[in-house]
Amino acid sequence: MVDKIVIENLSLQYSDGTESLRGISMGIPQNAVTVLFGPAGGGKSTLLRCLNRLNDLTEIKASSGRILIDDTNILDPKIDVIALRRKVGMVFARPVPLPLSIRENVIYGLELAGEKRKSKLDEAVERSLKLSAIWEEVKDRLDEPAIALSGGQQQRVCLARVIALQPEIILLDEPTSGLDPISTGKVEAALLELKKEYTIILVPHSVQQAARTADHAAFFLQGELIEYGEGKTMFTAPKQKKTEDYIMGRFG
Amino acid sequence: MMTKFLSRNRHTVQRLGFSFITLMAVMTVLPIVGTIVYILVQGGSAISWDFITGFPHDGMRAGGILPAIIGTLYLTIGSAIFSVPLGIAAAIYLSEYAKDNQWTRLIRLAIINLAGIPSVVYGLFGLGLFVLFLQFGTSILAASLTLSIMTLPVIISTAEESLRAVPQAFRTVSISLGATRWQTIRRIVLKEALPGILTGVILGLERAAGETAPILFTGAAFFLPRLPQSPFDATMALPYHLFVISTQVPEMPIQIQYGTALVLLVFVLTMNLIATVIRSRARARRQW
Repeated sequence: MVDKIVIENLSLQYSDGTESLRGISMGIPQNAVTVLFGPAGGGKSTLLRCLNRLNDLTEIKASSGRILIDDTNILDPKIDVIALRRKVGMVFARPVPLPLSIRENVIYGLELAGEKRKSKLDEAVERSLKLSAIWEEVKDRLDEPAIALSGGQQQRVCLARVIALQPEIILLDEPTSGLDPISTGKVEAALLELKKEYTIILVPHSVQQAARTADHAAFFLQGELIEYGEGKTMFTAPKQKKTEDYIMGRFG
Repeated sequence: MMTKFLSRNRHTVQRLGFSFITLMAVMTVLPIVGTIVYILVQGGSAISWDFITGFPHDGMRAGGILPAIIGTLYLTIGSAIFSVPLGIAAAIYLSEYAKDNQWTRLIRLAIINLAGIPSVVYGLFGLGLFVLFLQFGTSILAASLTLSIMTLPVIISTAEESLRAVPQAFRTVSISLGATRWQTIRRIVLKEALPGILTGVILGLERAAGETAPILFTGAAFFLPRLPQSPFDATMALPYHLFVISTQVPEMPIQIQYGTALVLLVFVLTMNLIATVIRSRARARRQW
């Protein structure tokens, strides 16, 4: 299988000294769900935010290493970071619908990318809402404010908003942490569908979710990558003692 | 028996306390209501169509106050032209772009202090800079510029506050969807902050409309037989006109003084009302 993303010896430290990454190296395969799991403060979100350069918004003390997406080092200051973010979409822990209608939320990124044709935009709205398993619930109320939806619906609209840009990689940072089990099930089902087309990197909100969704899993502890491998083996027969302890619920 | 007495006593103390607080609350309203009622009673009879649309005559002892009304409108609009774009731009810089360092702290300190400067000092500054140095003369332009410097701190600080109140998550999400910082500000942040910004703008301009001292040396005229023709003309203005007819003209009919005050009051209170309506409607509509 081809690695879509290759991370080489990535280290990073925030200015306020909170989270950090230490010498992370890993390859992330195409068309699969790769799960980054571990206790809070382990560097999972930080790694996600490196992949779309969202960390540019934060004060960084020091960083080194490379991240290659399709053989291009995206940490290179000279790359087009806007284009990168269109290619690498992100869904956040808390659903944050922009203060716009459902439709406007979905086409927000596309419009910024310069798409003006109504037919294209309508097509994108329907396609991405369907892929996010929310189309049936909202198709008659696309012009209502997105905030009026339930949390679970909002999060799927947020997912659709990312899909509308037809990215290649989708990052999800605990996307179901605030959702009920039914909504969580719907989001997870959508992910299974989406991985046929996209490379998905998920920070799950529980070990159970990690085990349910992972094709590949990486265990992070205090900024270090402890173990990385097949999802199935990781959750049944982890090689590292620390991974096992965490999965068995002995800490974290 | 002792406890019974104490408990009754406690109730009495509580009732007395409440009455006192209520009285204090009522007393804060009294001066405002009193002023309005008094001016209404004294000046109401002066208000007529001719008073609003006519020129003063007989040494301003009769006729209308049209030039003063128009002048105040010009000065308010004039100061808006300078202070609104500049103030909002400064607020966007402070809230969205500036890092929190020595330099921005200095800017904020300057803004706070600017708000505390007595208005007559602004007037003198305007005289020195705009009237004399830049040779605008005593003119609408010089007076508007002076007023706009005075209103800037109000506009900047309320606008900055409204911008900061927009949740950070909106910005992060927008950026993550491939928006530039400026696109994010224009499409999301400004839109959400607009009602708050407008409120600040109106409150600032309201102050500009009612001030006398800053225009005293920079653009206000005692009496003009015709309306100003260009920004380089001096103008009559309501607050200054009120000062003039109350202190400088002997045997001035009292209704005209209070009628002028009433017009100024209505002008300013209308602006206030608009600000209040914008604010409450935005609050009802807000989604966060």
